[in-house]
Amino acid sequence: MYRYDEFDHQFVRERTAQFRDQADRRLSGALTEDEFRPLRLMNGLYLQLHAYMLRVAIPYGTLSSRQMRQLAYIADKWDRGYGHFTTRQNIQYNWIKLEDTADILAALAEVEMHAIQTSGNCIRNVTTDHWAGAAADEISDPRPVGELLRQWSSLHPEFSYLPRKFKIAVTGAPNDRAAVKVHDIGLRLHKNDAGAIGWEVMVGGGQGRTPMIAVTVRDFLPEKELVAYIEAIMRVYNLYGRRDNKYKARIKILVHEIGAEKFKAEVEAEYARRPEQTTHVEEKELQRIAAYFAPPVFEKLSRFTPAFEEAKLLHPGFARWARNNLAAHRVDGYTIVNISLKPEGGIPGDATAEQMRLMADLAERYSHDELRVSHPQNIILPHVRKDDALAIWQALVPAELATANYGLAGDIIACPGMDYCSLATARSIPISQAISRKFADLDVQEKIGPVKINISGCINACGHHHVGHIGILGLDKKGEEFYQITLGGSSTESASIGSILGPGFAGHEVAGAIEKILTTYVKLRQPGEEFLYAYRRLGPQPFKEALYAAA
Amino acid sequence: MSEIEKGQVMTANRLRDGEVVFLTRSGEWNERIDEAVLALEPQATAALEARAKDDVKATLVTGPYLFDAERVGGKIRALHMRERIRTLGPTVRLDLGKQAEGTAGAFAFKEA
Repeated sequence: MYRYDEFDHQFVRERTAQFRDQADRRLSGALTEDEFRPLRLMNGLYLQLHAYMLRVAIPYGTLSSRQMRQLAYIADKWDRGYGHFTTRQNIQYNWIKLEDTADILAALAEVEMHAIQTSGNCIRNVTTDHWAGAAADEISDPRPVGELLRQWSSLHPEFSYLPRKFKIAVTGAPNDRAAVKVHDIGLRLHKNDAGAIGWEVMVGGGQGRTPMIAVTVRDFLPEKELVAYIEAIMRVYNLYGRRDNKYKARIKILVHEIGAEKFKAEVEAEYARRPEQTTHVEEKELQRIAAYFAPPVFEKLSRFTPAFEEAKLLHPGFARWARNNLAAHRVDGYTIVNISLKPEGGIPGDATAEQMRLMADLAERYSHDELRVSHPQNIILPHVRKDDALAIWQALVPAELATANYGLAGDIIACPGMDYCSLATARSIPISQAISRKFADLDVQEKIGPVKINISGCINACGHHHVGHIGILGLDKKGEEFYQITLGGSSTESASIGSILGPGFAGHEVAGAIEKILTTYVKLRQPGEEFLYAYRRLGPQPFKEALYAAA
Repeated sequence: MSEIEKGQVMTANRLRDGEVVFLTRSGEWNERIDEAVLALEPQATAALEARAKDDVKATLVTGPYLFDAERVGGKIRALHMRERIRTLGPTVRLDLGKQAEGTAGAFAFKEA
């Protein structure tokens, strides 16, 4: 199980004490807001519409039940009894007081957690596949590499004042669930014919106001060279990245402006300048970190378990949930449980303290004490015996955590939007709720099949609308909220940026428009053809006609 | 028909807890928009700005700004949705924020 080392313990405690002093000085007037803002942001504290908001880092989305219970405790004691799991595998609290924040950071430090590098122009917390270490299709667990990069980049003086924030994502599986192609750096593991593993290094992806797909700069980089090579990338960025314009400061703009080939040449030149012997990561260091992510001891079970099959026959509701919310585990007799935080008409990613405690209990009892937060804002129990799935489902049902919509139309990504966020230009959550209610019938959702609907309440794209199969962007038009629809986005290994379909809609029209799009798809699809592939084959025309021609 | 007056309200977040507050006629910061001064002319908005600037220095509030509002039947309402959400609370959680704490003013969101 992932844990801190002694260095982390010390610096998190020091940082908490430092922040307590900074907050006291702010409250006494010794620090102005301009002086204090960068300090609070370095500790994940924002000022939002209703109060301060605290963003807590959950490295690789990995939590123990003890940590999840502490998150519930914080929600009850210092917030309003709930938290919001985000598209960065973090949790945000919406009703935080400045005067309580140091105490909250101390409570987090008790369970090896913090809010460092969840904000600011530094290398942010590294994200990974939420099924890491469990997925059947995985070559190797990507989290040790994430951890290596975290240990290298945390408070790194050279990279603490970058032109802009910097996000790294890592996947160890060919089916990319970590959206690596829309990160500043994406790493994807490959295995060659000889059985050796190497990392594909992609640079310059991103969302926000200028969405771009990353370009590959190395196809197969040995693991021991990763830190040195990424350091070369960071140096090129730090040197050439624009600092004159916030909106042109991300590495994607640099890669785009000088071109992928020139960028690559600059990185290779920088990399070649390095004295190789001193920059390789030692094998024993890689092993030390990998030991933090040692898999649990699995029982030897058969792939087919009669109890699980029988339970599905006995409980149709369980059968549906098992069909949609369970995923293939790499070990026979085990499964990955995906708990949907998207109940009908609910708020995507929100969980009450009570729900957090229940999920913690279930993880402790059935999933080797481990939970994951996924970037699509769900919670995962990664290592569950198939025979325990029924008991888990039965415990989830009364807590409204058993919605069988994982990966379907109701499993919507939405940022907090203008209900909470000071940057938002429109609300996201009510749009998500309206769509969720429109497709409340799970038979209808299953008939439509896998589709990703992503909603952002402003151009910063926290709701990943650019890479939604159906993306919705909320904007402000002369003081009124209105919504643009894009189609054809994807964040997987075949990543693409969605295209705007046509004129936008008022909030109350959006759910109906989505229904028309999906009805058109069902009518025109070939047998077994998922929405994204149907769109790629058909193009926007039939959907445009369905939405606009009749008007 | 009651008369509608349009003007501007000075708002900020209280420094110590982030609570949304509005500048009142007596120069205090209050959680209720109904207590706010509606500045109808440039001289009045300038006075609000000066007061807010002082109170930022005095570490009472942070991030002050003016927003457009109207007075209808003696009660003040923000014109833009963003500010209405700040005066009431999230539209998706009517059990939270000023609307749930009795400090919301006269114009609540309707139940969904």
